[in-house]
Amino acid sequence: MKKAIDEDSVATLQAPAVEPENPAAPRLMTLNMGPQHPSTHGVLRIMLELEGETIRKAVPDIGFLHTGIEKECEQKTWQQVVTLTDRVDYLANLSNNLVYALAVEKLLQLEIPPRAQWMRVMLCELARINSHLVWLGTHALDIGAMTMFFYCFREREDILRLFEMFSGQRMMTSYIRPGGLALEPPRGWQKAVGKFIRAFPDKVQEYEDLLDANPIWKRRTQGVGFISLEDMLDLGVSGPMIRGAGLKWDIRKDEPYSSYEKFNFEVPTRQENDVYARYQVRLTEMRESAKIVVQALEGMPEGPWQANAPHVLLPDREKMKTQMEALIYHFKIVTEGYRVPAGEVYQAVESPRGEIAYYIVSDGTSKPYRVHMRTPSFGNLQALGTLLKDTLIADSIAALGSMDFVLGDTDR
Amino acid sequence: MNHSAILETHEALGETALIADPAAIVSLCTYLKHDEKFIRLSAVTAVDWHPAEPRFEVVYHLHSIKRNRRLRVKCRLESANAEIESVYSVWRSADWYEREVFDMFGIQFRNHPNLVRILMPLDWEGHPLRKDYPVHGYKYSYPNE
Repeated sequence: MKKAIDEDSVATLQAPAVEPENPAAPRLMTLNMGPQHPSTHGVLRIMLELEGETIRKAVPDIGFLHTGIEKECEQKTWQQVVTLTDRVDYLANLSNNLVYALAVEKLLQLEIPPRAQWMRVMLCELARINSHLVWLGTHALDIGAMTMFFYCFREREDILRLFEMFSGQRMMTSYIRPGGLALEPPRGWQKAVGKFIRAFPDKVQEYEDLLDANPIWKRRTQGVGFISLEDMLDLGVSGPMIRGAGLKWDIRKDEPYSSYEKFNFEVPTRQENDVYARYQVRLTEMRESAKIVVQALEGMPEGPWQANAPHVLLPDREKMKTQMEALIYHFKIVTEGYRVPAGEVYQAVESPRGEIAYYIVSDGTSKPYRVHMRTPSFGNLQALGTLLKDTLIADSIAALGSMDFVLGDTDR
Repeated sequence: MNHSAILETHEALGETALIADPAAIVSLCTYLKHDEKFIRLSAVTAVDWHPAEPRFEVVYHLHSIKRNRRLRVKCRLESANAEIESVYSVWRSADWYEREVFDMFGIQFRNHPNLVRILMPLDWEGHPLRKDYPVHGYKYSYPNE
C-alpha cells in the first residue's frame, strides 16, 4: 500500500527544476491557485506553471471534499440512499434523485405512472434552470459583472421556494424516489409554478440584454477558453461544453428517459467553442427548459403519482391503520427495507453539467452491493489542464468558470 | 463483434455486457474504439466480490454517440494479482478514472502515466471501497467500539 506514495509522485506536485545556468531556457514560476480561491466555488487546488503571464501547465488537485458517499451507500438500505444522492451535487439534486430512482426501478422492473414521470421532468427542468442561474450569476461575478449575481439569485430564490413547497426542503429535496415521488404534489402547485415559469422567459431576456450589450463581457468571453471537440470527447467531457463546440449530443434526446420523448424542445448548439458559446448554450437551455416546464404544466396527465408497488413504497397512513396487509408491508419496509433482484444496471441522464450515470450492482439483498456515480464534474474537470494550457492567467478565471463544475460532484 | 478477447457476453435489462480477458484489454478497447466507434469512455470502476475469487471486477462503460449505443466491458482479476494494463493509450479520460479505481480498490494499472491517489490524501493507508475496509476506517475508532 505504501508503494503508491513514492517520491516521484509527490515531486510532480512541487516546483519544476529550473536551471539557472542556461539563460535561454524559459523561467517558469509555480503558482498554487486554491484550495481556497473564490473563483473555484468550492475546494479545488490548481498548480499552475507560469511563463510570465502565460500558463504553460495546469494540474488540478481534487479530493478535498471527498466524503465517501459511495462507501456509505453500501451501508444503507435502498430507500436511505436517496438522501445521499442529493448531497452529491447540491445544484442538480433532482437529477441525482432521478438517476438513482430510474436505475433502481430498472432493477425492480417497476412501471411508473405518467403523472409521476411528467412531474419528474418538470422538477428536473426547474433544477436545470436553478443550476444554470447559479452558474450565470457566479460566473459573471468572477468576470466582474456584479449585477448579474443579484438578478440570477432573485429568480433562483423563487425556484427554491417551489422546491420547498413540493418537498419541504430548499436544496436537499429527496423528492424523486424509487417508485414515484416522495409526497403528493401540494395543493396549488400549478398556480405557483405557472406564475414563475410564465414570467421567466422575460427574465432570461433581461440577462441577455444586460450582458450582450456589455463590451467588457464580450471581450472577456469571446475567443477565450478554446479546447477542441476531439480533446473533449477523449478526456470525458460532456454537457454544455460539448454542445458549445457544435456536437448535438443530449441524453434527453438520444436516450430518452422518464418520457422526455413526449416533450417538444430543441438542443441548442454553437460552433465557436469558447466561453461565450457555452454561455449562449446555457442561456438557450434555460429558455428550452422553461418551454418544457410549460408543456408539463399544461399537459400534466391525471392519475396516481406513485407506482402500484406495495412491497417498495410505504403505504398510506390511513390504510396502514385499517388494513393488515398494509401494516405488514410497512413493518417490512421500515425494519429491513425492500429487496432488489440481483443484477447490474448503468443508467445515464443529462444533468445541467452533463452526463450523470449511476452503475448499481445488486446482490438481491436490501442494501446496494455497489453504487458507482459517474459524475459530470469529475469527467469535465479532467480536461482542465488542456483547457488552461497556453492561456493567460487572467483568462483562466473565465475559462474555469465556463466549465461549471461543482466540487462536491467531483469528489463525492 | 468478434474478438478473441471476449470470453462471455450477457444481455440483461436492455444492456450488453462483455466479459473480457484481462491480458487483452488494450487490444480489445482499441478495436472497440476504432472499428465499433465507441469513441467515449464513460466511466471506469470496479466491484469487490470479497471473499469470492476472482475477487475484483474492473468495469468499463463505453459509449458511442454516433451509434447511440452503450457497452459494458468487464475484466475479472484475482486478488493475488490485481493488476491490469491501463487503457490510457486508447482514451485519455482513463487517466483519472483509473486513478480513482486504484485509490479506492488498490488495483494496479500497468503503464499508467501517473498512478497516484486522487480522492484520498497521498499518505492514506488502505483502499476504502474494498469490502474488508471498515466504514470508519482503520485509523479512527470510538472508545466504546
